[in-house]
Amino acid sequence: MRARGLRKSYGDFEAVAGIDLDVRKGEAFGFLGPNGAGKSSTMRMIGAVSPISGGVLRILGMDPATDGPVIRARLGVCPQDDTLDTELSVHENLTVYGRYFGLSRAECRERADELLTFVALTEKAKEKVDELSGGMKRRLTIARSLVSKPDLLLLDEPTTGLDPQARHLLWDKLFRLKQSGVTLIITTHYMDEAEQLCDRLVVMDGGRIAAEGSPAELIRDYSTREVTELRFGPDVMSADHDALAGKVEDLAQRIEVLPDRLLLYTDDGERAVAAVHERGLEPAAVLVRRSTLEDVFLRLTGRTLVD
Amino acid sequence: MSVTAIENGRRQFDYWATVYKRTWKGSLVSSFLLPLLYLAAMGIGLGSFVDENGTGALGGVSYLQYIAPGLLAATALQIAVGESTYPVMGGIKWQKFYFSMIATPLRPADVMYGQLAFIAFRVFTTCAVFTAVIAAFGGLASPLGLLGLPVALLVGMAASAPVCAVATRLDNDSGFAMIYRFGVVPAFLFSGAFFPVSQLPNWIEWLAYLSPLWHAVELSRDLSLNTVELLPALGNLAYLAAWFAVGTWFAVRGLTRRLIS
Repeated sequence: MRARGLRKSYGDFEAVAGIDLDVRKGEAFGFLGPNGAGKSSTMRMIGAVSPISGGVLRILGMDPATDGPVIRARLGVCPQDDTLDTELSVHENLTVYGRYFGLSRAECRERADELLTFVALTEKAKEKVDELSGGMKRRLTIARSLVSKPDLLLLDEPTTGLDPQARHLLWDKLFRLKQSGVTLIITTHYMDEAEQLCDRLVVMDGGRIAAEGSPAELIRDYSTREVTELRFGPDVMSADHDALAGKVEDLAQRIEVLPDRLLLYTDDGERAVAAVHERGLEPAAVLVRRSTLEDVFLRLTGRTLVD
Repeated sequence: MSVTAIENGRRQFDYWATVYKRTWKGSLVSSFLLPLLYLAAMGIGLGSFVDENGTGALGGVSYLQYIAPGLLAATALQIAVGESTYPVMGGIKWQKFYFSMIATPLRPADVMYGQLAFIAFRVFTTCAVFTAVIAAFGGLASPLGLLGLPVALLVGMAASAPVCAVATRLDNDSGFAMIYRFGVVPAFLFSGAFFPVSQLPNWIEWLAYLSPLWHAVELSRDLSLNTVELLPALGNLAYLAAWFAVGTWFAVRGLTRRLIS
């Protein structure tokens, strides 16, 4: 997949404001960003169901404007909403969907059986979709996106709203798919999901790409190796935090003042802690941790709520 | 329709067949019971009263035979409208299954054609059973009355396509109440199914001529009573076909805009 200067606008609103992307075959590629960053709009364009407003987009080497049906025949799409047919059984949701791709009835049945095993829903095959839990519906939607044996799988927030067990099960399935050579494009606002699944990712904000790279590269480029969190207890007001920050700001490459704690971005967290103590400061609690994608994300997209 | 559209229609067959298998029992009651009640109340109850006073104004046939073709057409219209409102909005707004369909090689136009084909099937099967009931009650004045069935299908689609077009453009289902109140119910009562529209005040009579149902009632009654004349009949057919064709065009356009944005 390749995009150059890709844009999408709805009336005056520019949802995607010119992005360049390359996703290679067999790669797991992630879109990270707050709500309204343009992730879903981009996904819909890649899914060949939303015409581009500007720039160039090639999917599997083809132009979605002219080869939409041919492209879609080779895509698997797991949308943000499950869009399952609640009138039909679990098994029927898969067989009927396979028919849209022109598979024979026998192929559809065989694929449905395989996929239900794959997502651990075989026992629910005859049940109606309404009777499934949220996690089961999500797994069924993913199974449905695989009916046509796609070369490229698009997953729009695949684990939003799931409990930790269901999320880990899904990650496991997606990892196995990736190993079997399927290219994955994933949007998420879960950092751990992006770290788990993606070889490479972009952080989107306001319709633009704010950063691009592997999870490790992004942490290296936009954060420090470690983060020292200092809490001074409930008696210390935010105003005092600013004063305290002034006393330690030279100990870190970057410092962030939050209502309840100070974050010191540094390559050596323990040394920063020692230095804080040497200056006679007595934080109530100290935590030294590795930087995560979440630090990168918050740095790039800010802490303010977007909607 | 192109070869692709036909192939993509074929690909949706299993979906609609499965939906029908799951819903036909429920729809059976609602779609056969109401017209049966009308047939019993109007055709036999009111009919025996009308027939006692002579039916010269109706062309000398029994009241049951007079209203049966119109009742069939009106039933087709009601079923068609019912299948074109909530199910279509559900595909867009509630279950959103249309969105899952266009994530495949199917295009919005294919999805709309598939939906319309299913509605046609529902209208046809319901009306076929209803025709048999009418025949059993002695409501068909002549064997030609059986041609009321294809006419019923045509008026069903002439109503379905424009209603689908409206459904693809509505944001919520409150608009459907308007379709029933100002479209279906007046059409049902004033399109000549129960009495000749010439009995109406002049301006309502002209409104009745605009309704596709009046054309279907005229045509199927003329067929049943064997009073059909070629030119008016072709006019009726052309008018119904035009509603279907224009409605389909708007429905495809509406659905495309809604799904592809």
